[in-house]
Amino acid sequence: MANSKSAYSIAGKKQKNDTHIIVVWVDNEAGVLARVVGLFSGRGYNIESLAVAEVDQKENISRITIVTTGTPQVVDQIKLQLKKLVPVHKVADFKREDKNVIFKEMALFKFVANNEKLIKAFKACKNFNPVILDETKKSKVIQITALRREIDKMSKNLTKFGLVSVSRTGAVAMTRGSDVFK
Amino acid sequence: MPKLYSGAEIVFKCLEDQNVNHIFGYPGGAVLPIYDELKNFNSIKHILVRHEQGAGHAAEGYARSTGKPGVLLVTSGPGATNAVTALTDAYMDSVPLVCITGQVPTHLIGTDAFQECDTTGITRPCTKHNWLVKDVNDLAQIMHKAFEVATTGRPGPVLVDIPKDIQFQKAKYKSYTKAKKLNGKSHDNFSQKNIDDLIELISKSKRPIFYTGGGVINSGTKASELLRELVYATGFPITSTLQGLGCFPADDNQFLGMLGMHGTYEANNAMYSCDLMINVGARFDDRITGKIDEFSPKSKKVHIDIDPSSINKNVKVDLAIVGDIKSVLTTTIKTFKKSKKNFSKSNKHQISNWWEQIQKWRSKRSLDYISSEDTIKPQYAIERLYELTKDKDTYITTEVGQHQMWAAQHYKFNKPNRWMTSGGLGTMGYGLPAAVGVQIAHPKKLVIDIAGEASVLMTMQEMSTAVQYNLPIKIFILNNEYMGMVRQWQELLHDKNYSESYTAALPDFVKMAEAYGCVGIRAKTPEELDDKIIEMLNSDRPVIFDCLVDKQENCFPMIPSGKPHNQMLLGPRDQKDKKITGKGRTLV
Repeated sequence: MANSKSAYSIAGKKQKNDTHIIVVWVDNEAGVLARVVGLFSGRGYNIESLAVAEVDQKENISRITIVTTGTPQVVDQIKLQLKKLVPVHKVADFKREDKNVIFKEMALFKFVANNEKLIKAFKACKNFNPVILDETKKSKVIQITALRREIDKMSKNLTKFGLVSVSRTGAVAMTRGSDVFK
Repeated sequence: MPKLYSGAEIVFKCLEDQNVNHIFGYPGGAVLPIYDELKNFNSIKHILVRHEQGAGHAAEGYARSTGKPGVLLVTSGPGATNAVTALTDAYMDSVPLVCITGQVPTHLIGTDAFQECDTTGITRPCTKHNWLVKDVNDLAQIMHKAFEVATTGRPGPVLVDIPKDIQFQKAKYKSYTKAKKLNGKSHDNFSQKNIDDLIELISKSKRPIFYTGGGVINSGTKASELLRELVYATGFPITSTLQGLGCFPADDNQFLGMLGMHGTYEANNAMYSCDLMINVGARFDDRITGKIDEFSPKSKKVHIDIDPSSINKNVKVDLAIVGDIKSVLTTTIKTFKKSKKNFSKSNKHQISNWWEQIQKWRSKRSLDYISSEDTIKPQYAIERLYELTKDKDTYITTEVGQHQMWAAQHYKFNKPNRWMTSGGLGTMGYGLPAAVGVQIAHPKKLVIDIAGEASVLMTMQEMSTAVQYNLPIKIFILNNEYMGMVRQWQELLHDKNYSESYTAALPDFVKMAEAYGCVGIRAKTPEELDDKIIEMLNSDRPVIFDCLVDKQENCFPMIPSGKPHNQMLLGPRDQKDKKITGKGRTLV
């Protein structure tokens, strides 16, 4: 790029991306999610999935779990930038490969098919804590909890059993053992 | 029964508590209750601007020249959106601003009411934090917290959006109590070990350099004093970013001038070749680093900064010291004095080769230009302006473009807070309103806006403000009829296709000055320049000075895009000597 017609520098070398799970504890106030999400979009960071809910009603704290990909430098920036936001209390960062952390997503599957297929569908889900939430002669709604890639695979494989609709959450995370992230 | 105050009164009581003396603003429907209260608070003076962007830049000029937060008050909708440029500018350059905006009444929010906009939504990415006040009982606390957020840590703009009904409602006033901690966001995070490591690096280094930035200025005048003490004690060379000018005396021998895209040859080459770089309150901006992959390849890098997210953002460093510059330097000097007495003398030999090398680079005289007897060279104009004002305690603001770089290169600053320029965002039209703000803060001082004719037209309306408040600001326009920096890039990069960078039909600036009720002066030749400048300085009224300069002059030296520091383009004289061949140009 010797002949760049730009007043700006040329992009440097690309580094390898890793997947990280970022957990953010925030004040549960108006606009706080927009601040966090806006920071990601404004600075060009990825969000693969997002889960957010209030976890402490007394202290008014929400917990946001974000799955993101980035180079080590970008992930560091994400953490540091998040910590600068006024309503943010603390930020945790886990690598997806981390054995000490549990990651789970929940999915709801709706099947519309004959009885035989519906039974097969339920069986296919058996490794992922299936719960039947609704049942009619022609349909079933099944809840499973699993890892993201497992749910990806399931939703592909289950179409043959009459899967018509999928609804899923973003990943949530928690450390194993007695340690609590401070 | 404690006394109840209206929301509008609470706003002013908070401003009083925060020792605010001046606010810059423009009234409108959604802030009328606040404007109605103004008459009851004598300690607060309102400066009526002509456009909300002007209010923002004036507040920035006020803040940067005093170190206090600047306050602006604007209405909802267009009032708020007009302030966005100034807020973004302040965010990029870490200027503490508190922006109070009116909002439509609570029950109309979300209905696309007249002059409604999602102010907190629009300003979320360009403020440190913002608040929409939904309950008058929260107002006092939010106002105080706004000042705290704006002024602590790395300073920046904040915004408080107050719906009109909240301004009328009544509540108890809670005075200012310092919050325990902002969600545990502490600012001084360094240890004695960090400082010891720094001193170890300092004592081992053979080719050291200090690279200082706006963080030193933001840390207060004491930080500049400490920096000088440390730089003298080490005997190391020092260079500064655009925003850091003034924290070290520019006429000192240890100062290598500004670095970066239009920095000096010696500063940039020293940055490239050093073995120890001590970054004090600068942020490795792309105009400084050039090509990141080849940025100062052989050096150990130390970064002292109050903002943890500045560390390793653009450039990986070897030693990070997170803290307020003032406290970091205090500890460093204390430790340094204890462990390295007479360092400067004993170390002289170790870095003497380095200084020799720097002198060689210096002898290139990279800021030289070819002078002329017929036309005023812009660099000459700045040099003369400097010579004729250096004995006064002068405050300089600028617009953005070639004139800004020439001012940074040729005007020598010896004190902090004397130089107000839009560096990060590069906002044309910054300088004139900023000069208004500086003059409000320092009524007796000489305030000059070094301007380009294109930039200054963007906020020219604020001359009317200057006249209204008898602010004797001097607008020194280097008039080349081009958007000079655009023209320069087009010449060097786009085969001299000067697409839309020439301003035909410029106004007659002298007549314009007279129309505004101030003084217009024009200088056409180098011969008359001094007399005209003296005429400007002797006037106690606002002046627009139309300095007709060489239209073709380019700003050198220059690091072309995508190039490291050691591959600079020097000025025309050097090119004539064929030290940089035609090939160098095609590489730009």
